[in-house]
Amino acid sequence: MTKIDDTVITPEIVAEHGLSEEEYARIVTAMGREPNYTELGIYSVMWSEHCSYKSSRFHLKKLPTEAPWVICGPGENAGVIDIGDGQAAIFKMESHNHPSYIEPYQGAATGVGGILRDVFTMGARPVANMNALRFGEPDHAKTKHLLSGVVAGIGGYGNCVGVPTVGGETNFDASYNGNILVNAMTVGIADTDKIFYCAAAGVGNPVVYVGSKTGRDGIHGATMASTEFTEDTEEKRPTVQVGDPFTEKLLIEACLELMATDAIIAIQDMGAAGLTSSSVEMASKGGVGFELNLDHVPQREKDMTPYEMCLSESQERMLMVLKPGREDMAKAIFEKWELDFAVIGEITDTGKLTLTFGGEIVGDMPIASLVEDAPEYERPFVYTPKRAVVSVPAPDDINKAVTDLLGGPHLCSRRWIWEQYDHMVLADTVQRPGGDAAVVRVHGTEKALAISTDVTPRYCFADPYEGGKQAVAETWRNLTAVGAKPLAITNCLNFGNPERPDIMGQFVGCLEGMGDACRALDYPIVSGNVSLYNETNGSGILPTPAIGGVGVMADSSKMATVAFKAEGHSILLVGETKDELGMSLYQREIMGDESGLPPSVDLLLERKNGDFVRRLIENSTLDTCHDLSDGGLIAALADMAMASGIGATVDVGTALPLHTALFSETQARYLLAVDAEAAERIQSEAIAAGVLVTKLGETGGNRVRVNGGAVDLSLTDLTEAHEGWLPTFMANAS
Amino acid sequence: MKSAVIVFPGSNCDRDMAVALTKITGQKPIMVWHQEHDFEAVDFIALPGGFSYGDYLRCGAMSARSHVMKEVIKRANAGVPTLGVCNGFQILTETGVLPGALMRNSGLHFVCKDVELTVERQDTIFTSGYAQGRNITVPVAHHDGNYFADTNTLDQLEGDGQIAFKYASDINGAQRRIAGITNKAGNVLGMMPHPERMIEAPLGGSDGRIIFESVMNRLG
Repeated sequence: MTKIDDTVITPEIVAEHGLSEEEYARIVTAMGREPNYTELGIYSVMWSEHCSYKSSRFHLKKLPTEAPWVICGPGENAGVIDIGDGQAAIFKMESHNHPSYIEPYQGAATGVGGILRDVFTMGARPVANMNALRFGEPDHAKTKHLLSGVVAGIGGYGNCVGVPTVGGETNFDASYNGNILVNAMTVGIADTDKIFYCAAAGVGNPVVYVGSKTGRDGIHGATMASTEFTEDTEEKRPTVQVGDPFTEKLLIEACLELMATDAIIAIQDMGAAGLTSSSVEMASKGGVGFELNLDHVPQREKDMTPYEMCLSESQERMLMVLKPGREDMAKAIFEKWELDFAVIGEITDTGKLTLTFGGEIVGDMPIASLVEDAPEYERPFVYTPKRAVVSVPAPDDINKAVTDLLGGPHLCSRRWIWEQYDHMVLADTVQRPGGDAAVVRVHGTEKALAISTDVTPRYCFADPYEGGKQAVAETWRNLTAVGAKPLAITNCLNFGNPERPDIMGQFVGCLEGMGDACRALDYPIVSGNVSLYNETNGSGILPTPAIGGVGVMADSSKMATVAFKAEGHSILLVGETKDELGMSLYQREIMGDESGLPPSVDLLLERKNGDFVRRLIENSTLDTCHDLSDGGLIAALADMAMASGIGATVDVGTALPLHTALFSETQARYLLAVDAEAAERIQSEAIAAGVLVTKLGETGGNRVRVNGGAVDLSLTDLTEAHEGWLPTFMANAS
Repeated sequence: MKSAVIVFPGSNCDRDMAVALTKITGQKPIMVWHQEHDFEAVDFIALPGGFSYGDYLRCGAMSARSHVMKEVIKRANAGVPTLGVCNGFQILTETGVLPGALMRNSGLHFVCKDVELTVERQDTIFTSGYAQGRNITVPVAHHDGNYFADTNTLDQLEGDGQIAFKYASDINGAQRRIAGITNKAGNVLGMMPHPERMIEAPLGGSDGRIIFESVMNRLG
């Protein structure tokens, strides 16, 4: 035994590992003795919030996860859905919040690397990356540095591995000043008969380690992700891992090459809690034991202890169980790709994780207890109190309000960000960033996948239930707006400290809303991740359940985009605009007020309007469409004009005050542009379908004009403001 | 037209190049691994984009010294039409087959977007399909595309007509806005923009296709 493993376990050491006294007592009971230092370390990561979902599991169980097209729901590395023709889409979103705040480049880069591994572990070639980013207020001292580092990190990793980063969302809010959110999503494609799972099987079969060597980086990453931030967070820098996208690229190719053979029984990436979590998960799913000889673990540094090897979060590593006799063939593939390959153990029938090092047993723990005995908390919660409806006044100068919104931090163009991402590699990106959803062709077919990430945290804060519904509905609407059929979602549930009943109330409320939306839209959750304790010095973030939606379209040539296609086209509004300015972007940014109720989401109406719009795209009636969300009707109209360089003249009537008609964020609405003949056809079909479609005006000219000049803006000026904000803001970034 | 795509560890536009060649020439290219010393005779060699060897040391530096490049250099010098795109261009400058070097973009950021190029020469085997004086749109995706050479070399490149493409406006700080150059003999083209990503309307246009078609027409 090495010296450090002789450490006597004191209450202080237990506390340092993030375990409560009660949790430690459970460990002693499960093991029938006191754990040694290595074993304590392993229990602490397996029972961390990050790995065990101990505060969230009770509520997650209530989410809908099934549909006829779901091949594999939550519980595996990623979710799997059937996209027809013997093909499957495999996808997941995951957070890398705390590391990205401490070291933005590496934190974000390894977030991308981790989520890629979750997807190719299952046999898929990754075809698209997305992200959902949240930063503090623009004038906070750290915002530029963090934004600049995170974007460079996402690009640095994704560009090098050769997976296009096709879209995402970026928001700013003071609640993220001390705790940014970096949520990364990967979508991959596999054959339905070539999907790999993590359940180990076959006593005596070899357990194989491949990829990078193990170093001392990232030890306790999972534990760090399960605590609040404090002033000494800077000292946690050594817990952040360092990524090597070049090795990841080799690992993808080597794994896919081996997966084309029949050698693999089970495979799992080494993510949070590294070797420990991957072996425990594989053994637990398969109901077997693992015996690992730590002397055989490829090591990057000298004199590593068992504790360090088990808890290291070194990147770009995988664990596999092979069929007996296939080791040499597999080894040849990994050597060709210049990657480490080591048989480090075998499957046993003991039901235990047994670790040997230097000829001695240094750890011996029942697998079941590491997984099943992890505490599950039904944390006390209080629902967020219902707010009153407020009346939001008109602006002094509506032209200025529109320009300020579209040329401000929340609605400005994100071009500065996505031009740093290779969004075209693999040559299947047919709808690039900037539209409602990214669209990538399923290689070699006419089919395409549409992907969108969304959530409106300020709605979730004001009314968690409606906000949870809205997040799901908005991804559904964005996929619909390009012409895709929405199939399923992944999520990344970012919240504050679950030990606070008000925060737990936000969590429960959002999940109830999400669940109802998923059920109403036949849009189940197939994978996800929970990130709690997003707080700094006791101040929590806005509740941010980021949703990543995936849909499929049968023929990508029928896809719709945001840009107007010609002058003289009719502009149609689908859906009814209501007085819903509470918690709108207009209210917050222009009136400086964040009171009232966010828009409510009528899920039946959402579905009816969306199905109507999608049919028009599918039958080639419609190729220009934009969903309405932040900033309301005027923001969508301006987007369509700016994307095309063609102006618009519309009349929104006088039933509502002008600022309400333009800025209200009523849900289930779309703007369409079509020629006059198609417009008439759509309007009559809408009546038959019971969908409200109103003709607002026409495209043309070089201005955006509303109600006879009540709003009258030069498209050139608007575009300059819209494109200019972010580059100007970032011009002096570090 | 029979072609070869050279694959290094970390190449990531090798498939895109192979797909483009298959669609345009009707014939699948052979994929040649970097450790090969020799490969069958081909009419056209493509060095694809990506991050060979992770861009470690310098972009293209390690690949330039691989086994397969000895053979590629031999054939390029013997007149086989050879195209290096992005990382392929970086590799060609590192081997010395093409002069100059590609440095970090002047804006210091990776840049991925469609750019407008001026076609400087219509009389090369790669550009004969472009109409005289025509500007084309092809995407770039690079962190190190800032072409640099000393003044004498630049003057000589201009004088000998080796500059095939220039950026219509500055995007990365490249000297004289150089986007692509040929060797003196004109059978080797290195360019930062990705023609293989612009071969059909759904990808945003087909201006890149003409480079491959020009070579194909010349070879007959």
